[in-house]
Amino acid sequence: MTTTLEILRTGPLAIVEDLGRKGMAHLGVTRSGAADRRAHELANRLVANPGDRATIEVTFGGFSARVRGGDVAIAVTGADTDPAVNGVPFGTNSIHYAHDGQVISLGAPHSGMRSYLGVRGGIDVAPVLGSRSYDVMSSVGPLPLQPGDMLPVGDHTDDYPELDQAPVAAIEDDIVELSVVPGPRDDWFTDPDVLVRTNWQVTNRSDRVGMRLVGMPLEYRYGDRQLPSEGATRGAIQVPPNGFPVILGPDHPVTGGYPVIGVVVDEDIDRIAQIRPGQTVRLHWSRPRRPFQNGS
Amino acid sequence: MTVTADALVIGTITDYGDQALLLQFGSTAEVLAWNDVLRDAEVPGVVDIVPAARTVLIKLEGPGCAGVARQHLSKLRLTPEVLEVAAPADGAADVVIDVVYDGEDLDEVAELTGMTPRDVVAAHTQTPWRVGFAGFAPGFGYLVGGDERLNVPRRSEPRTKVPAGSVGLAGEFSGVYPRSSPGGWQLIGHTEAELWNVDRDPPALLMPGQWVQFREVSSS
Repeated sequence: MTTTLEILRTGPLAIVEDLGRKGMAHLGVTRSGAADRRAHELANRLVANPGDRATIEVTFGGFSARVRGGDVAIAVTGADTDPAVNGVPFGTNSIHYAHDGQVISLGAPHSGMRSYLGVRGGIDVAPVLGSRSYDVMSSVGPLPLQPGDMLPVGDHTDDYPELDQAPVAAIEDDIVELSVVPGPRDDWFTDPDVLVRTNWQVTNRSDRVGMRLVGMPLEYRYGDRQLPSEGATRGAIQVPPNGFPVILGPDHPVTGGYPVIGVVVDEDIDRIAQIRPGQTVRLHWSRPRRPFQNGS
Repeated sequence: MTVTADALVIGTITDYGDQALLLQFGSTAEVLAWNDVLRDAEVPGVVDIVPAARTVLIKLEGPGCAGVARQHLSKLRLTPEVLEVAAPADGAADVVIDVVYDGEDLDEVAELTGMTPRDVVAAHTQTPWRVGFAGFAPGFGYLVGGDERLNVPRRSEPRTKVPAGSVGLAGEFSGVYPRSSPGGWQLIGHTEAELWNVDRDPPALLMPGQWVQFREVSSS
């Protein structure tokens, strides 16, 4: 009998994620994948999974599942949700064991947004277009989890867990500072440096497609001139006509028509996944902006 | 391969964050010609090649890949002749899409273009279109190069629900909604063609560079 996880509670959103779909953007399929790739990868590493295995991305905690048909090695990473087995806490960022019939539960996170439940063998739902990731914008991939879902656990490799626990930097619950490569369309704004002078507040209209910021609006230099659609990436900071930036997430549209003023560096992208609505974000240029002609 | 003196190189390569490069071109035809060159080139570290209206975005494995990728990109050449792509002869389009021209906005499009609804249908079916790039939803292709008289603005009030298979116009583009979704395009008809199916390989009916011929059919 296959070992399975029977989903009991999902919290606001629990979805299966791996590292996403590469090479399909020209068909309109975005990369998707774990929002906090580092936490997802650590969950896999703690249970000695190869990097391509899927975990469960739990947004804002409130998740529980019963183990059925066998024992499993598990790890919970990302936002600290006081993970427990049958009510006994075992600590974030460590390997733990749950036996047949026991219940794994994640509470409300102390700080941060997203936690990852890794299981030795991985969550073995059927891949869609080469990935087990759910893309919230296009609804591609295994659908969001519902109570009653039975998730098969995959066969594990011969690799044996090497770490009991991993040291991880605390998730910031105050001001988050992110480094941004200027451009490619910084010259579309009257004063692009408003981006790095403003304390931006994260709104609750934020999800895996994009994180919306409010603060001092940026002004278009050319009024109603329209940018022809261009390809986009995770971390790209698009500015729609209202002047409030949107930092694109893993499920971003593959192309978009709003100018991208800058792009968050890869090193900082995973931290975006843990920023809560209401938190303050400060952006910094990763290098001096190239001066542009302003017609004077 | 001989490189002729007037072979084209990629003019502008801009950093797009620390793991992507944005290549800029003068037209969608140039974008499509370079898209082919880039797909054949096997530039190291590339995970995605994203053509768009005037640009191609090259997504890389990680921050370390940009230098090597730039070196390879600067060596690529394009012969100007490939830009002179002729539209396919009658019946030779890559994809033929049968359309019932019964869209809710057909009359408005006729009014906006100063044509009769029949003329709009004729204009949409007489000239083949080319898939420029993807976006909006999986399987949605922005079609370019159609009859210039069909350039109409988007609807001022987008619809909250546009049925799958709706055929629309917006600006210089035409397109077919792969599935039911909100949308602001002017709807001129509908098709039974399956634009997107994850169990098909490739899942998208329309891919950048393909020629598309719309054909009028009567409703069944």
